[in-house]
Amino acid sequence: MLKDVTLGQYFPGESPLHRADPRTKVVLSLCYIIALFCVKSALGMLLCALTLVCFHAASRIPLRTVLSGVKPILFILAFTFLINLFWTRGETLLFSWKFIRIYREGIVTALMMAVRILLLVTGSGIFLTYTTSPIMLTDAIEQLLSPLKKIKVPVHDFSMMMTIALRFIPTLIEETDRIMDAQKARGASFSTGGLIRRAKALIPILIPLFVCAFKRADDLAVAMECRCYRGGEGRTRMTRLRFSPADYLMMLSGVLLIAAVILLNHLPVGIAL
Amino acid sequence: MPSFTEPVPLIEARDLCYTYPDDDPSDDVPAVKNVSLKVYAGEHVALLGHNGSGKSTLAKLLSQILVPQSGDLLIDGKSCRDLGENELFDLRKNIGMVFQNPDNQLVATVVEEDIAFGPENLGIPSEEIRRRVDEALDAVGMREYARTSPHMLSGGQKQRIAVAGILAMMPRCIVFDEATAMLDPSGRDEVMETACRLNRERGITIINITHHMAEAVRADRVYVMHEGSMILSGTPREVFAHIATLRDVALEAPAETELLYSLNRLGGAFPLPVLDADLCADLIAQKYRETRKNG
Ligand SMILES: Nc1ncnc2c1ncn2[C@@H]1O[C@H](COP(=O)(O)OP(=O)(O)OP(=O)(O)O)[C@@H](O)[C@H]1O
Ligand SMILES: [Mg+2]
Repeated sequence: MLKDVTLGQYFPGESPLHRADPRTKVVLSLCYIIALFCVKSALGMLLCALTLVCFHAASRIPLRTVLSGVKPILFILAFTFLINLFWTRGETLLFSWKFIRIYREGIVTALMMAVRILLLVTGSGIFLTYTTSPIMLTDAIEQLLSPLKKIKVPVHDFSMMMTIALRFIPTLIEETDRIMDAQKARGASFSTGGLIRRAKALIPILIPLFVCAFKRADDLAVAMECRCYRGGEGRTRMTRLRFSPADYLMMLSGVLLIAAVILLNHLPVGIAL
Repeated sequence: MPSFTEPVPLIEARDLCYTYPDDDPSDDVPAVKNVSLKVYAGEHVALLGHNGSGKSTLAKLLSQILVPQSGDLLIDGKSCRDLGENELFDLRKNIGMVFQNPDNQLVATVVEEDIAFGPENLGIPSEEIRRRVDEALDAVGMREYARTSPHMLSGGQKQRIAVAGILAMMPRCIVFDEATAMLDPSGRDEVMETACRLNRERGITIINITHHMAEAVRADRVYVMHEGSMILSGTPREVFAHIATLRDVALEAPAETELLYSLNRLGGAFPLPVLDADLCADLIAQKYRETRKNG
């Protein structure tokens, strides 16, 4: 039952966005996030949305997939919207009933916040998780952060940890399934009783899971040592990441988006909010 | 001095002793005591012993994962004692190891990335790694799974990937530490076939630690361990002739030998050991005809 959980939902494909260098996509996502947080004008927001639509078209990810990624955050979305709606004070009072007061500014802020979150979630999916395999992502992060190695930040070790974690997620999920079955066979129940009872029922799962995980970690360390692993030093890679002209274009578009958004914030045509 | 007539062993152990460090050193029993052995390049060696007899510990000593407290290990006649970190690293790539649990030795989320892990650690240039990975995939017959995720594979396939990961480092010797113990019979055959083929075709030395006598019979030499010591060694025929000794240490000879041994106790008088099922059947049939003729 736990097997149905898809983690870091990557959709293999051959689109331009899939083929782009993972570092490009990390940079692009960062630019996009920065742009979204700088935006203060309706036109700027529209520009962000348009950019996303363009990249979505380039990614060839089905729209339904992208929208299903929004489902888990609908609650947060509604919550933020309502909080902003009722709590923002402004000048033009539109509606008032008992203690509830809704201002024009409230509506605008609430809408902007909701759209911002929506674009953020769908955007990070399209730019990163749907189109980049997790291993490529850790590689990209290692390479982008490699200047930090000079000041003794263990960048390689972190990316190795990430890779191993990703490798063992499916294995540990299978193991959890097996342990749960074993405990059920001994009469344990995980779906009845109150919250505390259910939480308590998890203990007989977690303890064997941890014991097994430590055993695995031990074995893996020996196996890695056997394969001459001794940290990032002197290590080469089979696949070397390379930027193509398209990658430079994509990153340029990210920077341009930030510039345009900031410009629109200060220009009268931007419809400041 | 090695003489001209005797070739230099690839791996030679001289009186190796190892005790696992413990909180209470007073009651320590050594996991490996005074073990000596010689493994020549291109040999296929089987190592037997019941649970806890020190086989894995010995394997880790041979591949320099553990450092012996006393005794010496020689690779190509050169002592590993007092070697620096870098020299040990260079030696370690000669001896690869495949472990029991296929899940606990694969590092990456994609098969070919995992095979590349070893050569990457050795600092080999990218193009060369690519070539080695493809070659290793072909050698274990898993080319079409290059881009698959390891957790989608069967146990036997995972073990073959583990073998490929070792092969890509171009070792001269591969130690299989009960590599078939968690597999079903077909997975076991898959892995054993791969190992024997590598031994035959590429002259890679194989040290196979196993509980399956049928596997041990295929080896050139068999070693038997008991409570940390080496108690028997020789060709399969020599070793399995010592049925009583094997039984004392809770081991069995191959099924054919066991059967004839039992029949001998009923007055069978079969020559032992017999390691081949067909030969065993012939012997019994012959005996049956003889007894019928004699009334
Ligand atoms: N990491 C360890 N720490 C302490 N003692 C250990 C450790 N590993 C093994 N031992 C002990 O060393 C002895 C030999 O163990 P070893 O694993 O070498 O046996 P084995 O022949 O490989 O057994 P098996 O057939 O079960 O794999 C055992 O008594 C075991 O309890
Ligand atoms: Mg063992």
